[in-house]
Amino acid sequence: MNGSKSTTMIVAAVTAAMILLPLLHSGGSVSAVVNFLAPFVTTVAVLAVIAIGLNVQWGYTGIFNFGVVAFFMVGAFVAAIVTKQPADSEFVQYVGGFGDRLAFLPVLDSQEWLPFVFGVLAAALAAALLALLLALAALRLREDYLAITTIGVAEVLRRVTIEEAWLVNGTRGLTGIPRPFAGWFDAGVYKFVFLLLALAVLAVVYLLVERGISSPWGRVLRALREDEDVVAASGKNVFAFKVEGFVLGAALMGVGGAFYAFQQGTVSPETFTHFFGTFIIWAMLVLGGSGNNAGAIVGTYVIWGFWSITLQLQGFDLPVFVVDRISFFRDFLIGALIVVVLLARPQGLVPERARVSRWLERRVRELQQQGAKREATPVESAPRTAE
Amino acid sequence: MTAAAMPLLDVAGLTAGYGGVDILRGVSIRVYPGEIVSIIGPNGAGKSTLMKAIFGLLPVRAGQVRLAGQEITNQPPERLVRRGMCYVPQTDNVFPSLTIRENLEIGGFARDGGRGERMGQVLRLFPALAERPGERAGRLSGGQRQLLAIARALMLDPQLLLLDEPSASLSPKMVEMVFEKVAEINAAGTAILMVEQNARHALTLSHRGYVLAAGENRLEGEARQLLDSDEVRRLYLGE
Amino acid sequence: MSTGTVSSTVNVAPAGLRRLGDAAGSVALFVAIGAFVAWSALTHPSQLVVGLVVGSVLALGALGLTLIYGVLKFAHFAHGDAMMLAAYLAFFVLSGNLVGTRGTDVRLPWSFADLPGATTPIWRFSFGYGLVLAVLVAGAVAALLLLLVDRWVYRPLRQRRAGVAIFAIVSLGVAIAMRSLILMIWGPTPRFYVAGIRPTVQILGGPRVVTDQLFIIAMAVVLAAAVYVLLYRTTAGRAMRAMADNPDLARVSGINTEAVVRTTWIVSGGLIAVAGSLLALQSQLKPELGFLLLLPVFAAAILGGIGSPHGALLGGLVVGVVQEVAVSVGILSPGYKFAIAFVILILVILVRPRGLFGA
Repeated sequence: MNGSKSTTMIVAAVTAAMILLPLLHSGGSVSAVVNFLAPFVTTVAVLAVIAIGLNVQWGYTGIFNFGVVAFFMVGAFVAAIVTKQPADSEFVQYVGGFGDRLAFLPVLDSQEWLPFVFGVLAAALAAALLALLLALAALRLREDYLAITTIGVAEVLRRVTIEEAWLVNGTRGLTGIPRPFAGWFDAGVYKFVFLLLALAVLAVVYLLVERGISSPWGRVLRALREDEDVVAASGKNVFAFKVEGFVLGAALMGVGGAFYAFQQGTVSPETFTHFFGTFIIWAMLVLGGSGNNAGAIVGTYVIWGFWSITLQLQGFDLPVFVVDRISFFRDFLIGALIVVVLLARPQGLVPERARVSRWLERRVRELQQQGAKREATPVESAPRTAE
Repeated sequence: MTAAAMPLLDVAGLTAGYGGVDILRGVSIRVYPGEIVSIIGPNGAGKSTLMKAIFGLLPVRAGQVRLAGQEITNQPPERLVRRGMCYVPQTDNVFPSLTIRENLEIGGFARDGGRGERMGQVLRLFPALAERPGERAGRLSGGQRQLLAIARALMLDPQLLLLDEPSASLSPKMVEMVFEKVAEINAAGTAILMVEQNARHALTLSHRGYVLAAGENRLEGEARQLLDSDEVRRLYLGE
Repeated sequence: MSTGTVSSTVNVAPAGLRRLGDAAGSVALFVAIGAFVAWSALTHPSQLVVGLVVGSVLALGALGLTLIYGVLKFAHFAHGDAMMLAAYLAFFVLSGNLVGTRGTDVRLPWSFADLPGATTPIWRFSFGYGLVLAVLVAGAVAALLLLLVDRWVYRPLRQRRAGVAIFAIVSLGVAIAMRSLILMIWGPTPRFYVAGIRPTVQILGGPRVVTDQLFIIAMAVVLAAAVYVLLYRTTAGRAMRAMADNPDLARVSGINTEAVVRTTWIVSGGLIAVAGSLLALQSQLKPELGFLLLLPVFAAAILGGIGSPHGALLGGLVVGVVQEVAVSVGILSPGYKFAIAFVILILVILVRPRGLFGA
């Protein structure tokens, strides 16, 4: 079975399960299937934006971030406090709450969309700033130091949201987060509107990143991942490119977080565990194939599908022993999947297209020729090069 | 050095390289018991690559390597040292955080016994190392490090010692010292195969030599003949 | 950077300055650590003791981590979860408890607790010899488990010459799997080795401490000494250090590097099991604790200089003391305990990335 065939089969199997399970569960109701699928696809779109953000960092730039949840969470909370109305009860405390004050344009019901534009921008900006700070502190160091640092940032930020109740309402979290365009539609219709919106955001992010990655800037980025030394030898500022890749990826995670907050309507520190916010996103990217945005989307679809299927299974009449453990077993499979994919099929379901930067190849050739010229000079005074 | 004796090391038609490139193409080299053999040639000729390929650090793609008549092609280094062949790499050839004594103990790792006795013999050959056996190798000067590297390889009392540019980046005085030791080791019965940039010095010391160029055998012969050869003088001795 | 040759004279000043800055950084670090420990000894002696207890556990964890890093050259992100898994194994061997359905426990018909007198407290500790035996068994099982993981997971990556990042991500996957195993087998509720109030003892007219804590510190000292003897007095240990220094030269010297890798996992497995069990003895067993442990354990190893065994020990003690003292004197609320390890980590990375004893 070749690669693309097995990928198609896996995607088809997930899709079939996603349709059949709710169908069986509801005794054949089509609307149950639709009601199940719409939020499912919406979540896939939102999480895929985050997976693409991670792909920019790891797949293209070669930086490994084990604190995805930090940027995801910052995006979600910032979007929530920008778009919510000010806190008005003594039991609910949070900073911000600009809400309608941001709807200053007297056109087209601007409270239905303008605050959300600001919310998403602020989410991206906040995540990007966090990434910038972190990059300046740790990106020059060995990559594993950055990985543990990102875990640290994520854990500290989680603690801050819990401990500092004035900030985002502590463990109770934020509820009633407004949704863009919600006032224009019936609740029944709105979930499809939001689905389209999420898909549109994913499409825009996908296209922008694809363009960026095939631009000269993106070529240097990918060259960096392959061979930092060659890039440095070509006179490029390696550090600046790495910072840019890291910050851009983080901004996308912030955007994903913002739409996650809009979709859920509720966010709390409990939501943003390392498992949900970081590990699953890694599993999605690794399974889909790092270095490929389409792979990131396919990986998100398959993993989230698998996730939702196991949730559906809990609704069936299964032995208590199994029901008790099904979510832990699912976690186990996520961990095992990362290991197995990287061992058996490191390129993932959708391998990176073989457009290995010609720029890098050219540079390597040039450097080799220079080296060869040097080596061709005989006698003992010739500079030593490693053979 | 009778030509009739069986060669200790017999490299025949060896091809090896990195990635898709063959650095060495059909190189043949022989070392007879008790000999010093030097391999000279320009930078990039593949001299160090040849050492690595013989010592199982780089896959041999074609050809054969025999040690005392037995096939050893592509055997891992940890097995080769037990067959009486040891190797001193050009760089990073000591364990910097280990003491002199510990470096020698590691050198004798593959010995079944008599480690202490052998260490005594080796240290007698290198009195400079015997002075402060508790010193960390990382704190030694370049020359002393090179001596320690050779001493480490001698711990197994090898029949054949491979030296990759033993005089590289040493002061002239230390170069003198290192070559003296090489001659001493050889006098005690160990055959030596050595890669050298310092071609004249190496050939003066050697019984025979090979000239390698662009990954192929270029010339071979008695060391004296090579020193007198016009081609060698012009190309490799800078005259 | 060489400074002797003519061509690099331009670099002499900056290089010299950098060296000076580096030295100043390490001196400042040592002085700051010394001052903090002295201050806490004078003003908060009992918190200092708790800090040393937690620090002992972190030191053992960091020691294993740093050995793995030195020999295998990768950051073992499953270290914390392996510590927890081993601690749960000890719990299981001792109590025979597994989670059944709906949160109720199932108990095996026989466990170490059923050995005659196994739970009778030794001296004034809270536990009997059954726990000691259980930890030994857990250590053996943990070492075996790590060997199997290495055989099936890390060795293929080594042979493929995978980059450090791939090792790190794979070890994260292993970490997730280990944690989920704990959840499946023992459930999410916290567990204890021994229930009830812990006996205390007064030390030298000073602060009253929980007796078990003395045991924890003593065990850490014994284990650290054992690892020291192994590394510096035995052939196997010298081979480990040689391989940490230069794996290629180790092979060339006749060392079977795969055998050294196995030794390293066995030693680390033992350290992991003891560290995890001692931590559980000090506080409790909680599945999510494993991942959170990564932060202080890595902070300790990096503070000490990753790859340096004595650095890991000192780093562990420092992180433990700073963490406990800072929290209990009210500098920070307890919720931020792990944040302290993070602050230490960031400071070391900024001021002196190679740590106290790093090469």
